[in-house]
Amino acid sequence: MTDNVNIIKLTAAETAEKIASGELTAVQVTEAHLARIEAVDEKVHAFLHVDREGALAQARAVDEKRAKGEKLGPLAGVPLALKDIFTTEGVPTTVGSKILEGWIPPYDATLTKRLKAADVVILGKTNMDEFAMGSSTENSAFGPTGNPWDLTKIPGGSGGGSSAALASFQAPLAIGTDTGGSIRQPASVTGTVGVKPTYGAVSRFGMVAFSSSLDQGGPCARTVLDAALLHEVIAGHDPLDSTSIDAPVPPVVEAARNGSVQGMRVGVVKQFRGEGYQAGVIQRFDESVELLKELGAEIVELDCPSFDLALSAYYLIAPSECSSNLARFDGLRYGLRTGDDGSHSAEEVTSLTREAGFGPEVKRRIMLGTYALSSGYYDAYYGSAQKVRTLITRDFEKAFEQVDVIVSPTTPTTAFAIGERADDPMAMYLADLCTIPTNLAGNAAMSLPCGLAPEDNLPVGLQIIAPALKDDRLYKVGAAVEAAFVEKWGHPLLEEAPSL
Amino acid sequence: MPGITREEVAHLARLARLELKPEELDHFAGQLDDIIGAVARVSEVADQDVPPTSHPLPLTNVMRPDEVRPSLTPEQALSGAPAQEQQRFKVPQILGED
Amino acid sequence: MTTTTDLVSYEDALASYDPVMGLEVHVELGTKTKMFCGCSTELGAEPNSQTCPTCLGLPGALPVVNATGVESAIKIGLALHCEIAEWCRFARKNYFYPDMPKNFQTSQYDEPIAFNGYLDVQLEDGETFRVEIERAHMEEDTGKSTHIGGATGRIHGAQHSLLDYNRAGIPLIEIVTKPIVGAGDRAPEVAKAYVRELRELIRALGVSEARMEMGQMRCDVNLSLMRKDADKFGTRSETKNVNSLRSVERAARFEIMRHAAVLSSGGTIIQETRHFHEDTGSTTSGRVKEEAEDYRYFPEPDLVPVAPSREWVEEIRAALPEMPLARRTRLLAEWGISATDMQAILNAGALDPIVATIDAGADAASARKWWMGELARSANESGKALDELAITPEQVARVTELVNSGDLNDKLARQVIEGVLAGEGTPDEVVDKRGLKVVSDDSALGTAVDEAIAGNPGIADKIRGGKVAAAGALVGAVMKATRGQADAARVKELILERLGVGEG
Ligand SMILES: [Mg+2]
Ligand SMILES: [Zn+2]
Repeated sequence: MTDNVNIIKLTAAETAEKIASGELTAVQVTEAHLARIEAVDEKVHAFLHVDREGALAQARAVDEKRAKGEKLGPLAGVPLALKDIFTTEGVPTTVGSKILEGWIPPYDATLTKRLKAADVVILGKTNMDEFAMGSSTENSAFGPTGNPWDLTKIPGGSGGGSSAALASFQAPLAIGTDTGGSIRQPASVTGTVGVKPTYGAVSRFGMVAFSSSLDQGGPCARTVLDAALLHEVIAGHDPLDSTSIDAPVPPVVEAARNGSVQGMRVGVVKQFRGEGYQAGVIQRFDESVELLKELGAEIVELDCPSFDLALSAYYLIAPSECSSNLARFDGLRYGLRTGDDGSHSAEEVTSLTREAGFGPEVKRRIMLGTYALSSGYYDAYYGSAQKVRTLITRDFEKAFEQVDVIVSPTTPTTAFAIGERADDPMAMYLADLCTIPTNLAGNAAMSLPCGLAPEDNLPVGLQIIAPALKDDRLYKVGAAVEAAFVEKWGHPLLEEAPSL
Repeated sequence: MPGITREEVAHLARLARLELKPEELDHFAGQLDDIIGAVARVSEVADQDVPPTSHPLPLTNVMRPDEVRPSLTPEQALSGAPAQEQQRFKVPQILGED
Repeated sequence: MTTTTDLVSYEDALASYDPVMGLEVHVELGTKTKMFCGCSTELGAEPNSQTCPTCLGLPGALPVVNATGVESAIKIGLALHCEIAEWCRFARKNYFYPDMPKNFQTSQYDEPIAFNGYLDVQLEDGETFRVEIERAHMEEDTGKSTHIGGATGRIHGAQHSLLDYNRAGIPLIEIVTKPIVGAGDRAPEVAKAYVRELRELIRALGVSEARMEMGQMRCDVNLSLMRKDADKFGTRSETKNVNSLRSVERAARFEIMRHAAVLSSGGTIIQETRHFHEDTGSTTSGRVKEEAEDYRYFPEPDLVPVAPSREWVEEIRAALPEMPLARRTRLLAEWGISATDMQAILNAGALDPIVATIDAGADAASARKWWMGELARSANESGKALDELAITPEQVARVTELVNSGDLNDKLARQVIEGVLAGEGTPDEVVDKRGLKVVSDDSALGTAVDEAIAGNPGIADKIRGGKVAAAGALVGAVMKATRGQADAARVKELILERLGVGEG
């Protein structure tokens, strides 16, 4: 049981158990994953930075702790791939951007601290769309990541590095951030599990901001239970984040261990289908709804008319906030500086640095946000977008009076080819059609695999949406659906992925 | 409403401190126009009597006590500085008001 | 930048135009920590030693509001008779500047914490003028830049600049008046009196020391002229960061004359920022911006709204100290002094020391006398403020106590004060060390009296003959012999007794 192939196929829960019981050491587990990264990441490109020494040091510390009989956390010694958007003291943090290339933060994000405190082993930092802007990870300044199911396809984005690391068994756990779907959409297209917790559940302190009122960190894993275990480690109140929820974390692990939809009311929103949805996606989604019925759920049809405006509102709010959040990257205090040859003023150096340091999508969104906030346009664009936000929240509230959770496809299509939508921003934005309403309203959602689309044999994701603060419902439903599918397929979906 | 000109793009770029290249000005003018055209739908609700939501959390009054916490050391603070002098961040000349 | 500016005389300007002013005052709060992070605000620290990810604007860092900063803002708002918002937010003011780490200032925009108030200010002659307050809002200060390579250390001609962010994020309250109209030729005086009154109020509230010379309080003077027959305000100029009371007055006065010159020669005033120069008393135009500023304000998404409960607001209101003007009015009546006397006390910065001396047991007249006399003189000579002198109000009170009990006379008391100021100890220690007690003990005085009588037989005879007034000369002799330490009244009694004369 100690050969590397078996170790990397274990779930996080199994790995933690084996380390706790002494069947495996944390160092063995870490080395197995480092070896896997060595073997496949040249092809996948999930990692921007592998912290070999740091990871092994953490692993050794776990083994020493265990040897001394000290109490270990529930995920002690389990390796994790951290999205390169969280600051890590002494370890490079780039946010997928040239503008931060080589920056070594002098502080840890709260999430980083929590992972370390829980004895989770951080393997390294994963690739992402620059500043989390994108749905394909093609916008990374450091090159795209391949989808382990088909390396010519995108792994989703912005957290494509994290999802690809999971799907290629380079790590059993990963962290993502979800502003418009950047945890769920990558999970969907790679056949993994991703959760966007309720806004405010996971501290944003040390998570490089894209759109402050939408960004939310969350767990990524290969199973619902693993996601729940990680959720419990990273969630909870943080006095350093004013928008952090000061309430107990919902019982997500308990819910994941007791999956059931018996007697639950499950909503299906009519706005989440139609034009632009791939046939195979709709097919797998409809089968999932049938499965839910078989498992004892009652299906309720819902009408959420304002969801049709969600994408538009999102593409005003997120760029507006980002245009302000990214102003600090000016080449004066950290990161890239361009044009400082004695002939340029500070302003010129800032403009040259930002021109050289930001990629096209980031510039596009900064320009869009600058436009939407400028005087004369504010009310029509930003102001209206905020009204849409209210309407979407009301649609959710009304819906959750009738149902316990809502389900939908996570994304309208399976993974598309790298390069296919690269120069068509509007086509790219459609990937987040089903995920965005949740970010705008702040409630919780999960994506988990519900099969392969018959036409391309690529994973399809089922999205489960719960009211704010009811994150446990995601796990209760998710665990039931996952168990039913695994039973139906005879194995987890990822078993069907190529071995690389 | 849309119809973003090259000049408007140049103005936005100055506000955003982006030294865009001439070809970028044209490229963005077209793309921003498309995107704004598509998202302008939100103004359908402009005259509706709906309060705006700027934030998904209904929290208020999150404050901290006025107690000193440790700062970074000057060395840490300056660790990422592209240039420094006299324990300060060194920046090119500022065209300011004087 | 122009170096000479045409002006019309102040009187001519006022004959044709009414000045309209708007004053924006920034006050740095004296909280222990910054507005949005726990970094210390202590002055004098080495560069960049009081910074953290938040106030350096490092990627990922987030702000959390300082509760004492909010409380101070509410105190100021209440003291200015403002309404306190039931719910308000911070906003981001977006513009790039190297001294501002995030390239936006966290401020308040259309939802200030305090609004619609007023402050009554007192002019030199005791007349009061009501200045209406538009708003008071919370924001944060910027870092400090040092310009290297320019001839004068100024920004122009500098090769590069050095930035210290210790001050970045220090809480500021910005207090904005409504347009001040109707002050006429007293507008500059009103501006000065307003800033002075505001400074006193801020100090009385204990929220800041408001030392203008240290930049803890700075004033922007917006000024426009309105033709006497017009019904619309003219275009205004904004004179930035005026740093003393005197400069506030001079800047307003200069701008009145400059505006009048431009307008009466048929020109138009351009809306611009201007800089005041202490040395010349004039203002010059700031950098002309190619494009209008567009701050793209929007609600700060990293902070949640501030909604001060009415209970909290009332608690703060109940604990407010007496406001400076009310206090001055009360003291003026209690002490029975004139407005001019009070003004002199204020100008000398003697009000607080006098009140503290009275609180320590002195009578009001004595407390005033010492602080406005001996101590003011001493402060003047040493170039110090009264509250910087090496004597406490309690010590001054002890001196007055010794005078009232007859242990010291005024002359000795002055020597005691001199000793205390020179660091010789407490008043009692100085009395002991210098042997300054008034001598009223008969046996000690008897010899000196006898010697005086013996040494001045002619005068003694006159007294014996009924010229009691001549006793003064003998008293003088005794005082001289005892180096002023004798109790003069007792000496006179003893002389008359010795010479067998009753004092009618
Ligand atoms: Mg201000
Ligand atoms: Zn700080």
